[in-house]
Amino acid sequence: MKARVQVTLKPGVLDPQGTAIQGALAHLGFAGVRDVRQGKLIELELAETDPAVGRASVEEMCRRLLANTVIESYAIEVLP
Amino acid sequence: MRSAVVVFPGSNCDRDTQVALRDVAGAEPHMVWHAEGTFPEVDLIVLPGGFSYGDYLRAGAMAAHSPVMREVVARAGRGVPVLGICNGFQILCEAGLLPGVLMRNASLRFAGKDVHVRVETSQSIFTNRYAAGAVARMPVAHGDGNYYADDATLDRLEERGQIAFRYCLPDGTVAAEASPNGARRNIAGVFNEAKTVLGFMPHPERACDPLLGGTDGRAMIEGLAGALA
Repeated sequence: MKARVQVTLKPGVLDPQGTAIQGALAHLGFAGVRDVRQGKLIELELAETDPAVGRASVEEMCRRLLANTVIESYAIEVLP
Repeated sequence: MRSAVVVFPGSNCDRDTQVALRDVAGAEPHMVWHAEGTFPEVDLIVLPGGFSYGDYLRAGAMAAHSPVMREVVARAGRGVPVLGICNGFQILCEAGLLPGVLMRNASLRFAGKDVHVRVETSQSIFTNRYAAGAVARMPVAHGDGNYYADDATLDRLEERGQIAFRYCLPDGTVAAEASPNGARRNIAGVFNEAKTVLGFMPHPERACDPLLGGTDGRAMIEGLAGALA
């Protein structure tokens, strides 16, 4: 099965890249973009077939490597 | 002082660190490849600057879980001193040996220049040859040096004297414009609670010879060599 992990900066953590993107969008004429936050999308192909076990394992991967929980939060999506 | 310099794929200050340790501390360091599970007993472990594993995922994230780091974490737990310079600082944070994290520079620009740092305490094996409040000039060379921790963590670090260095103006004034990266509270270096681990963004090893434009980094290695002789 597949799992998809979204890693994003926690609210309140400054995101200079998001701010730069917001500035570039404004230069391109896209008005009204109030905020931009940039994150990462990580797709995993797992041998595991039990969604609950798969999710628990990805959760552990997030805590130990995929996200730095000092500044980032993560969301896991398990796909069939 | 017996020392080891850990070399990761993408380290680029390992040789500078080797030369500085040899010249200033007077003993040849062991160069330890990242894939080694163990290495000789030493008095000091140095994680050098560079771009280990190409900064993939996050700066220092991959190196923090390399085989050699299991050994470094175990030895740090036994009190063996560890100095992380630049990428080494990032690795120490990712490995959980130091609090906080180093984020992309607020300017989004690589910072390669000399900066001034104020020595916040002389009460450590790393800073005993500096006077508290002294100003040292050393180069920085990083894209991810923006130290971040939440307010509660920063307050705790301040209370326990774990802030080692802050970016400052040449006269020692700590001011936002003196920081090359936007680090919270101008933090350039932090200790662990026992002050046996130091993470430091500037490069003392590049400031050990007048030919390189400055010698303010020598005192760190001299202090370590004196304390760990």
